[in-house]
Amino acid sequence: MIDKEYRHIGKPSDRVEALEKVTGQATYTADLEFPGMLYAKCLYSPYARAEIVSIDVSQAKALPGVKAILVGDDIPYLVGLYMVDKRILARGTVRYQGEPVVAVAAVDEKTAELAVSKIKIEYKQLPSIQTIDEALEGKILVHEDINDLEYIKGVFFPQPDSNIASWNKTIKGDIKKGFEEADLIVENELTLPAVAHAPMETHVAIAQADIYTNKVKIWSSTQSPFGVRKLLAKALNISTADIQITVPYVGGGFGGKAGIHLEPLVAVLSRACKGRPVKLVATREEEFNQLPSRAGMRGHVKTGVKKDGKITAFEIYYDWDSGAYADYGVNVGKSATYSGAGPYEIPNIELHSRTLYTNKVFSTAYRGFGHLETHWVIERQMDMVAQELGVDPYEFRMKNILRPGCLTISGEEITENSGSPDECLAAVAKEIGWTGYRSVAERRSNINTGKLRGKGLACLQKAPAMPPHTSTSAIMQMDDDGNVRIMLGVVDIGQGANTIMAQIAAEVLDMPIEKVKVMWDTDTSRHPYDWSTVASKYTFMGGNAVKKCAQNLLLQMKEMAAQALRSSIEDLAHGDEYIYLIHHKNKRIKYKDLALGYAYENGNGIGGPLIAKGTYMADGLTFLDPVTGQGYPALDWTFGAHGVEIEVDIETGDIQIIKIASAFDIGQAINKKLVEGQIMGGVLQGIGSAIIEGYKFSPEGKLMNPSFTDNKIPTAKDIPMEMIPIIIENPQPDGPFGARGVGEHPMISVPSVIGNALYDALGINFYKLPLSPENVALAIANLLE
Amino acid sequence: MCDKHNNGVNCFSHVDSGLPEVMLSCTVNGENVCAHIDPTMTLLNFLRRDLKLFGTKEGCGEGECGACTIIMNSSAVNSCIILALEAMDANIITVEGLNKNGKISILQREFISNDALQCGFCTPGMLMSARALLDRNPEPDESEIIEAIAGNFCRCTGYVPIIKAITSASKIEREGMKND
Repeated sequence: MIDKEYRHIGKPSDRVEALEKVTGQATYTADLEFPGMLYAKCLYSPYARAEIVSIDVSQAKALPGVKAILVGDDIPYLVGLYMVDKRILARGTVRYQGEPVVAVAAVDEKTAELAVSKIKIEYKQLPSIQTIDEALEGKILVHEDINDLEYIKGVFFPQPDSNIASWNKTIKGDIKKGFEEADLIVENELTLPAVAHAPMETHVAIAQADIYTNKVKIWSSTQSPFGVRKLLAKALNISTADIQITVPYVGGGFGGKAGIHLEPLVAVLSRACKGRPVKLVATREEEFNQLPSRAGMRGHVKTGVKKDGKITAFEIYYDWDSGAYADYGVNVGKSATYSGAGPYEIPNIELHSRTLYTNKVFSTAYRGFGHLETHWVIERQMDMVAQELGVDPYEFRMKNILRPGCLTISGEEITENSGSPDECLAAVAKEIGWTGYRSVAERRSNINTGKLRGKGLACLQKAPAMPPHTSTSAIMQMDDDGNVRIMLGVVDIGQGANTIMAQIAAEVLDMPIEKVKVMWDTDTSRHPYDWSTVASKYTFMGGNAVKKCAQNLLLQMKEMAAQALRSSIEDLAHGDEYIYLIHHKNKRIKYKDLALGYAYENGNGIGGPLIAKGTYMADGLTFLDPVTGQGYPALDWTFGAHGVEIEVDIETGDIQIIKIASAFDIGQAINKKLVEGQIMGGVLQGIGSAIIEGYKFSPEGKLMNPSFTDNKIPTAKDIPMEMIPIIIENPQPDGPFGARGVGEHPMISVPSVIGNALYDALGINFYKLPLSPENVALAIANLLE
Repeated sequence: MCDKHNNGVNCFSHVDSGLPEVMLSCTVNGENVCAHIDPTMTLLNFLRRDLKLFGTKEGCGEGECGACTIIMNSSAVNSCIILALEAMDANIITVEGLNKNGKISILQREFISNDALQCGFCTPGMLMSARALLDRNPEPDESEIIEAIAGNFCRCTGYVPIIKAITSASKIEREGMKND
């Protein structure tokens, strides 16, 4: 790679929208008010599974100011991303505590709340599915109509008369042979609970339906405006052209705002209110118990290994406690089939990933898309296999890590351009001073201090989980003063996409970044298509589209300038907002003089306003084989590793993170400041999943902690004493300027690395998240007994 | 969560007080404000709904997350769990009032240059907690900064850039005072 001096790439540009955000000017969906706007509230099921016997809304309806009350029977629509299994309001049966049953629209929130309080629903409570084993047993079916549900065939595999929404498999090599060749077989089971996304802004949607036509306008805090448009059109049986989705600033998403959520409900409420705009703002409690979570999971893993540390076989069962509706959950389950065994070469593998319906709040995409969960299983297992083999877990990982020429579990070849997991592991091991596990004697010698230190390592990988034919696009226009406006379909939810795209465009056009404006309020009727703001794929895909778009804009300028300068395109160069003759730099035309077309001195004009387009479509990717899971799913792999040093208080079980080093091979950092922001934010979110967070359900399936009081997220007091982001740059040839994605990766394997460090500190293996003080202290107490 | 919740029983504590409206007067971002309000209205709703100051955000509505933090009589408070009436005669500053003579403040500028925000939803509240801290303690150490923002949740940044921004702002502000 030639060292190239860039003007904007790799530079720590300030976030383009930061000024609006620090001054309170940034407008989020909840801040919008429209003439005649009504406010919606819902009444939710108090039971995990029950039959709705009767609904009496008469008292609520009689309240002045109540404009509409809807129940499930009023809205016979089914919605779903991959499995069409969900109703806008429950009908006949409720499937989780928190499921909306009745919706009210009224002149203000107070009236809507009062109306909701006057609705009487009679339920017949039914036994429910609360555990993975109950779901697998299938004595009760969460969806009795599972055999009739519409789904994407060949990609998802619902099992008849069961609670299995999809059973996806990987079969590579011959595990029977693999286990026969093994000198040692290690088998373990690990679990983790459901976790809330907890964006600071809850879900919000506003709809305005035109009652004379099918037109619907939506303002939403969504990550997926084009996805919402498509699914809403399908659910309401109207045309995509009838729907306009506008996305103001979004207060964090983390996957929870991908997919379709409140939008259909506000759309039908607006219709029922003769087209008045209807706004629904989820309360924090609703954010926890009505809107989706990350699924809980149980992983059962069996590893065969030779004495020399070479892995011969893996058998894995991932069972996802995915809640009442499939949503993104089935696709999370599917991602395990090509990425669920970590960044290692596994010659023989059989992997089963079963997404299960249970009577709990449903699950969806969550930063990492299943990888934090699968890596909790795999990276703990790697340590536990190393323990049984009596080898250093660093050496054991290095022995099996993916290198050029290796095949992934879906049979995809890793090349020298794929990024380097071993460099990441080596970097973090060096940073934390890894020298192998402490001996029992070392642990004992420190026990009198009441505090034990330990170190741990863990690797990670992730490729975007997306359809193989995913696409995106960009449009660019130049204004008369030479400012460039870029229209994109992405939603900047805080990840910094618009800043990164401005840097890429300014680099190609060689102009000041201040003159490149990425247009906010993504609007499906004005902005070009993007599949969805998910999967850490936008720097790669959007970056390529914007790069091509800027190149196209340059070409248009050069075509015009060639004519005006009586030259040919090949003899022209560009720089600093000029197109000039390569051999005669003073013969030049300023960009802005080409913006609306070039005008000669005598008044003649040529060309026309500059409008450029750029598109990018993933190429070379395939669907996975329905039987073996083999295929090419990965646009790009981003590999990484964490190394951590912790101190455990053996009395309280409290874990203090002394230092955590996190390395990612991202090819090229477009903006180091923003990349480090993703790393530090992701690592702390990972620490939340590791130590603090998790849903607690009563035996009857009631969510016991639907509030920040009882389901805290990390605060400033929970940060590690030191966080070291390490950026490794082995370029991705087809990435923009060599870049790969990194949005989700920092939180993957954070629970595993802390779990591994706990073993080093205490000699105890933990199998269950969270590693809360309570759970850690109990384990220590058990050991001391 | 209330046991009766969702069972069709009226348990929404802030529904229709039925009480007569009362007069509230206070200062908000340097302007005198006078309004007739429902005595059960929260200060957050007064700022957002009546004064249309949408910079202050609601994250949880129960005083846990700090998104609604404002400064009332020099203290950072959660405006979602304070009655508007409690602000009688108070001096209130919101994010819209942080600028100095139409220019953004040093603290805001340091939030930008340290990338102390991502989605921006916690930012107004975070800025107000930081402002209240620097006003009472111009030279806070890291633990004092952490203590001051411990009630402001941020799901995006990992807090480190926020702590850096506040540290840096405190230094620049102190230098500025020396020069004045």
